[in-house]
Amino acid sequence: MKIAVCIKQVPTREWQPRLTDDKTWIREQDASWEMNEPDAYALEEALRLREKHGGEVVVCSAGPSRVQQVIREALARGADRALHVEDHALGAADAFLIGDALAAAMTDEHFDLVLTGLQSDDQGHAQMGVVLAERLGIPHSTIIMDVEIAAEGSSVRVKRELEGGWFQWITMPLPALLTIQSGINQLRYATLKGIMAAKKKEIKKVALPAGLQASQQILSLALPTKSKQTRMISGSAGDAAKELVQRLREEARVL
Amino acid sequence: MILVVAEQRDGKLNRATWETLAAAQAMAGTMPVKIVVLGGSVGDVAAELAGGGVAEVLVAENQALAQYTPDGWTQALRGIVEQASPAFVLLPHTYTTRDFAPMLAARLRKPLITDVVAISGAGTDARFTRPMFQGKLVAEVRPQGDGPFFITVQIGAYRADAVVKGAAAPVSKADVAVDQGAIRQKPEAPFQEAKQAVDLGQAERIVAVGRGIKGQEHLPLAEKLAKAMGAELAASRPICDNGWLPMERQIGSSGQTVAPKLYVALGISGAIQHLVGMKGSRTIVAINKDADAPIFEVADYGIVGDLFEIAPAIVAELEKI
Repeated sequence: MKIAVCIKQVPTREWQPRLTDDKTWIREQDASWEMNEPDAYALEEALRLREKHGGEVVVCSAGPSRVQQVIREALARGADRALHVEDHALGAADAFLIGDALAAAMTDEHFDLVLTGLQSDDQGHAQMGVVLAERLGIPHSTIIMDVEIAAEGSSVRVKRELEGGWFQWITMPLPALLTIQSGINQLRYATLKGIMAAKKKEIKKVALPAGLQASQQILSLALPTKSKQTRMISGSAGDAAKELVQRLREEARVL
Repeated sequence: MILVVAEQRDGKLNRATWETLAAAQAMAGTMPVKIVVLGGSVGDVAAELAGGGVAEVLVAENQALAQYTPDGWTQALRGIVEQASPAFVLLPHTYTTRDFAPMLAARLRKPLITDVVAISGAGTDARFTRPMFQGKLVAEVRPQGDGPFFITVQIGAYRADAVVKGAAAPVSKADVAVDQGAIRQKPEAPFQEAKQAVDLGQAERIVAVGRGIKGQEHLPLAEKLAKAMGAELAASRPICDNGWLPMERQIGSSGQTVAPKLYVALGISGAIQHLVGMKGSRTIVAINKDADAPIFEVADYGIVGDLFEIAPAIVAELEKI
């Protein structure tokens, strides 16, 4: 099995947003970065499928040079090699642009299975995987919680999460693309041996094809405005607890 | 014209459809709003939608659409959108929409703006507001190029009861040609993992715990707080992903939706997937070390600080007298 995993680099959860002067993007130089969490689950699933069925796992990422950090991390966790569509313009790119860029780099590889996270923790369009499947001309399914490859390797049966605690099994022919839900498996972390081995693994750089168009433009970014008046309670833990309990009893009348 | 895509399963309308229709009416200006419903046999749903103040209900019935598949929906809607050529296509931001809408938009090479919470400007000058960076920022975006533009509307962003109803609109059969052989996904019947032992929807008070709890060994802290408040214990998705609490105690788009009298969010940052499951609660308390966490946007009472100090202090306070 030749498995591709698409990985995005996103700001860390602890990152405090700061905006560029024109307020259309974040100040990337202030951000710290990490692997998009759902993509980490997709990578883990790919590694487990390789352990079971053999083959190779290829990390695919589209972004500026900074994304090498998460590519190296994926290689350290056990991926075999990487494709990197590198271009400065990809840092703030929308899902269509990234889908087109990755499709151009991935078409000739003829992957049997392509995995992505179900959405990114930065722009959060929840589109790229499905767009990529359409561009590659392969079937897809989204928000996947289990993956079973048929014995003869020609199809895949997947458990798709529906809303409100419902699930559904779906079978489709390979090659196919799946977007993976967080929590599908338990993540592994890189070992020292893995980190050393990653240094020798190939990262193939691919240029961004010319003429790709953005599908949407960010006019402005801002901190969210509150939908409610929030009473902030300060003071020591003891004082805050006392005031909160009093307000919940006497003002909100919910205790 | 604005085309709304209704969502139904087994002949039952998903109420998020009404919210999407409310969004369509709010942005329509002088444009008529039409609604399309797909399925194997959806006459009852179409009749229900006809009273929704729309210009027309389009019914796309075909045996190949009896069960949802992304390939089937994309084939059918592609033909309908090309024929009707709306300026905008609005859909509820459900798991089903997320499964097929990017494929449909990609096939037509038209922009798709997802998870929209507000629309400003009317008609073709419309701009769309959507969360980014897990709700830490909101973006105003504009689609590029020519329409139709595809828009998905976040659950809870518009009120279903804001729909301006009207006289029964005409119901027309849409011309749908679906090639069953070109549908690659073969779905089985939907199922629930286990009978839900805990119905959090009935709880009067809920204490929900998030990543801030750091480890499973700290859960007794939250359990004590829940017990002292007479509350059920619940969690955000990452806690259940880690197996620290069972999935049936998860609040959010992939878990349960609740609206108790009191909701205490303990170390929950408030990603949008969690907020949609609890923002209807009457009184919301947020306790988080990060003053900028999005959970404070929906909170009635907020404490910025260390939950490992604050939760025991609340328990001690409740145990007084």
